[in-house]
Amino acid sequence: MKFFRYLLVGILFGIVLSKAEIISWYRIYEMFRFQSFHMYGVIGSAVVIGVIFVQIIKRLNIKTVEGKNIIIAPKQFSVPRYLFGGILFGFGWAMTGACPGPLFTLVGNGISVILVTILAALFGTYVYGLIKSKLPH
Amino acid sequence: MTELIEILRQPWPWYVAGPMIALVMLSLLFFGNSFGISSNLRTICSVLGGGKNCEYFDFDWKSQLWNLVFAAGLIIGGVISSYHLSDGGQIELSNETASELREMGIQYPGAGFVPAEIFSWESLLTLKGFVMLVIGGFLVGFGTRYAGGCTSGHAISGLSDLQPASLLAVIGFFIGGLLVTYFVLPGLLST
Repeated sequence: MKFFRYLLVGILFGIVLSKAEIISWYRIYEMFRFQSFHMYGVIGSAVVIGVIFVQIIKRLNIKTVEGKNIIIAPKQFSVPRYLFGGILFGFGWAMTGACPGPLFTLVGNGISVILVTILAALFGTYVYGLIKSKLPH
Repeated sequence: MTELIEILRQPWPWYVAGPMIALVMLSLLFFGNSFGISSNLRTICSVLGGGKNCEYFDFDWKSQLWNLVFAAGLIIGGVISSYHLSDGGQIELSNETASELREMGIQYPGAGFVPAEIFSWESLLTLKGFVMLVIGGFLVGFGTRYAGGCTSGHAISGLSDLQPASLLAVIGFFIGGLLVTYFVLPGLLST
């Protein structure tokens, strides 16, 4: 039962991704061509609200439901990892028109061939795990 | 009630979706977790036994079960939306986008979430289908784990916490996405 709340929040997110057309390959294409404000509005407003509330959480020292500190794990800054990794994901994002969340939600919307894309993403993750130590981080 | 459902069936504008996504992220923070969907790819590799010959997948995946349940919710949310909240599915693209996609061979831009020419089982055997669905999927998996996050972990969560690493990752996402959209897709879609 303790997992039920994650299921509910996941369902909510899946509905938002579908109804705001964030799972649409067309919307991602349009975003990268700067031909619509839609995706910038979605991500931008989420970030602005996120920044405000994360600041409120920090200033007021708001705790989790279990009374622990709320932590967003700080990422150790380095250039190659975020730049090269980011560019490679960007290639994949523009091709598939989907980041990992939408991959799952597209399956729910009946686009069954996306299962192959998910398998390919799992394989990509596996290959990353195998050659991780040889890559600049 | 039926009126409410009628309203929910319309496409949701960005100013509804953005705040809802922030709410999803904040809910996960209050639950003591964090918003990051691509971590699930690593977790699934671990569940499938990837930890046997690779250290990166050798971790206690049960600690990540909550995130797999969240991902299951993403699928169910898609099912609910397509069965109960769909309005027929025409996506109102800008005229420029629609006309340039038609020139590149996509017959009905905006009919459904994805172009039927590419997102079908038959197209997996064509060059554009294989590159976009299989190579593209590989790069999503490889790139997100290399960068330590995807749109949820870096663009939403990381930027909300003003983390420089996440800003760099998002710049990378856009460099990669723009290069493919401007230099790869036009040729590929026309094949």
